[in-house]
Amino acid sequence: MDPIFLVEAAINGILLGGVLAVLALGLNLIFGVLDIVWIAYVDLVMLAMYAFYFMVQGHGWSVWLAGPVTLVVGALLGIAVHLLIISPILTSAPINQLLATGGLLFFLQSFATFLWTTDHRSVRLSLPSVEIGGIFLPFTRVIPFAISILAMLALYLFLRHTYIGTAIRAVSQDRDAMALMGADPQRVYVVTSAVGGAMAGLAATLLSFQYSVHPFFGGQFGPLTFMICVLGGLGNMVGAFVASFVMSEIIAIGGVMFSTEMGYVIAFVVFIVMMFARPGGILARRE
Amino acid sequence: MLELRRVTAGYGAFTALWDVSLTVAAGEAVAVVGPNGAGKTTLMRVISGLVPTRGGELVFEGTPLTGRRAHQIVAHGIAHVPEGRRIFPGLTVAENLKMGAFLPPARRVYRQSVERVYGLFPVLAERRAQRAGSLSGGEQQMLAIGRALMSRPKLILLDEPSMGLAPVMVFRLFDLIRRVRAEGYTILVVEQNVRQVLKLVDRAYLLEVGRIRMEGRAESLGEQDFVRKAYMGL
Amino acid sequence: MSGPRLAAALAIVALVGAPFVPMGGMRQYVLHVAIQIFIWAFIGSAWSLMGRFGLVSLGHGAFLGVGAYTTVLLWNHFRLTPWLGAPAGVALAVLVALVLGYPCFRFRVVGHYFALVTLAVGEVVRLLIIAERDWTEGSLGLTLKTAGGDSLLAVQFADKRVFYYGALLVWLAGLWIWRRVDRSMARSALEAIGEDETAAASVGIHVTRFKLGITVASAALTAFGGALYAQYISYVNPDTLSGIGVSLKIVFAVVLGGMYSLLGPLIGTALTTALSEGLRIAFGLKFLGMAETIYGVLLIVFIIFLPAGISGGARRLVGRRVAPVTASPA
Repeated sequence: MDPIFLVEAAINGILLGGVLAVLALGLNLIFGVLDIVWIAYVDLVMLAMYAFYFMVQGHGWSVWLAGPVTLVVGALLGIAVHLLIISPILTSAPINQLLATGGLLFFLQSFATFLWTTDHRSVRLSLPSVEIGGIFLPFTRVIPFAISILAMLALYLFLRHTYIGTAIRAVSQDRDAMALMGADPQRVYVVTSAVGGAMAGLAATLLSFQYSVHPFFGGQFGPLTFMICVLGGLGNMVGAFVASFVMSEIIAIGGVMFSTEMGYVIAFVVFIVMMFARPGGILARRE
Repeated sequence: MLELRRVTAGYGAFTALWDVSLTVAAGEAVAVVGPNGAGKTTLMRVISGLVPTRGGELVFEGTPLTGRRAHQIVAHGIAHVPEGRRIFPGLTVAENLKMGAFLPPARRVYRQSVERVYGLFPVLAERRAQRAGSLSGGEQQMLAIGRALMSRPKLILLDEPSMGLAPVMVFRLFDLIRRVRAEGYTILVVEQNVRQVLKLVDRAYLLEVGRIRMEGRAESLGEQDFVRKAYMGL
Repeated sequence: MSGPRLAAALAIVALVGAPFVPMGGMRQYVLHVAIQIFIWAFIGSAWSLMGRFGLVSLGHGAFLGVGAYTTVLLWNHFRLTPWLGAPAGVALAVLVALVLGYPCFRFRVVGHYFALVTLAVGEVVRLLIIAERDWTEGSLGLTLKTAGGDSLLAVQFADKRVFYYGALLVWLAGLWIWRRVDRSMARSALEAIGEDETAAASVGIHVTRFKLGITVASAALTAFGGALYAQYISYVNPDTLSGIGVSLKIVFAVVLGGMYSLLGPLIGTALTTALSEGLRIAFGLKFLGMAETIYGVLLIVFIIFLPAGISGGARRLVGRRVAPVTASPA
């Protein structure tokens, strides 16, 4: 095989990694740090993507306006999920969270089908490409990559160095003890859900540059996003970042060497093997 | 300062406290002693709001606190150092203390509070960047108490502070609690180590099977024959 | 005969006699729905053998797919009778369960992590089927080659009643197996493991062996159910028989009906089938997606208000113990 294909695949892998990293951020906050299972997380991203689509493509809004609005939409969705679904079952078996948000997954996917059919919808943005050594790097892929790095850094600093960030980590370690500090755990959860939801909104905006949205978008990226969070070590922002690229490279190169599906198969098999070898993730160190 | 009037509370179908009444005056140190399963920890949790009451009232400095939730009660000036320490294992010592000062009024005087805590517990100052989960039992207990002090409370609830600690550590700990008390804090402590705690406090209550069996000044309680036999091994 | 025994006997008699009750022109449809309910309830019971002990699998689609596709492929390409093809599929599924289960349990992959591994396995199977489209027809799905008429060897029958009795028998067998497990020593061991693995191990319970055993049993039965379904519908498709979608559907039906009871899977499956069929009839394709939408909402509501499922809720009304205590740490 012409090595240029492999190199191109590797670079596409990096760019895909950026996308996956953005998706993983919010989920890592909710699932990794707070230990709450939103199995419908990527479906929330899907919903936000539709919002972005309708704003930009439907109403002709500028991306600079629609973007931040989508983040707000995401934040509101996150709060809603927590208050309506998670809060009532917070003290029951964790499996219930998985099942309840699974119900949400079904609901979102089928309601979206009902409202907007299964047609793929894409936001048409004409952005230039940059050519480096015979390989084209479209801005539609480079920009999300850059922003995902910034967002990861921001989230990392947020968790480590701000008061509320530390409080979020504390609540995940001992909910009742946090209450004894005078912090209403509910408030902390809601704030976290809002931030996690906003991350979903951010992911939606960035993904809309490259992907068209359809009701089953969640099925495409959902399992992968969870795996990345676990692989990188739950709650470990840097770990998830690294894991995103590990997986994306496997998918990209495997996809070029065998077939698209086989690329994913290999990535998933690697995940499974990693689970046996290092159940704590690649950079294991749970907070 | 604190008054419980005929408080009844429990978990599910089980009632742990029956008609419990007690008072703690400002500046006092009071102990609640009794055997395992008497309901001592439940009592603490009722006062700090983690467990709801089924009957009776809770009054703190004249304000009724019955039915309030835990984080609201802290704002009134009650700090609970829970049984088993319950420090945040993944956070550093400094971060744990930071969390103690969560409430805005405490946050404003955060710097001073931290210095005071480090003054009282120099070991914590040494280990300020260390993960709290890796501290020894005694150090964790100091951290838990320090963390409670960060909220600038008026009343401190100590739940079984000596639990799981070596006897030498227990001596040192009670010494430290004496120093905390000397700083002017009102203390309500629940303890199984009757001997040690009676040396620390002014008054004590004996709680058995969810009811107050006896109360009195610490020395006189310690002289009661049956208390000596049953709880102090004499 | 005692009360419940009599009721059960009557129920079975009713079920056996049902296909002969006059139903107007509806018979084919009713039988079709009943067969699906029995098969999926059977699969649900198989899943619940793991689920009730805390081994929540989100990838049972893998076993379904392996069972179904093995049977169909062996027939289509080699004319191997399903009477041999299905056991082959079951054996393959058992192999998958062992290869994945052993390291999982040996290395203490539990809880969330276990669920995600099963999720990955389900997706792997689905993607492999699609990737090998040369002989599996990928996403288009595979139709069972006809044997040219009714054939016992090929397990193909025009008369739905044959499948009805077959499915009924299989479902009853599933209940019997569930009962056997419920009354066995293995049950107590697995419940102990579910509550505290370390404690169980310290009492001498061979944790890995028990977990592996129940997983293998669950996988085998599920694969068999998949094979049966493939034979009945005569068509297999990677999205309907493997992957996260179908895996979740199984989980939901069982949770809805009650994970810890004998008839829970049946109740759940019957309800979800009734719901989707009812909505399909009422709204047709006009409201594509509406059935699942309501289904999703119901799931949320049930988890919040009736986590032990319908049978759990009913049991609580009668005042009986519903499920192992799964209280979260205070």
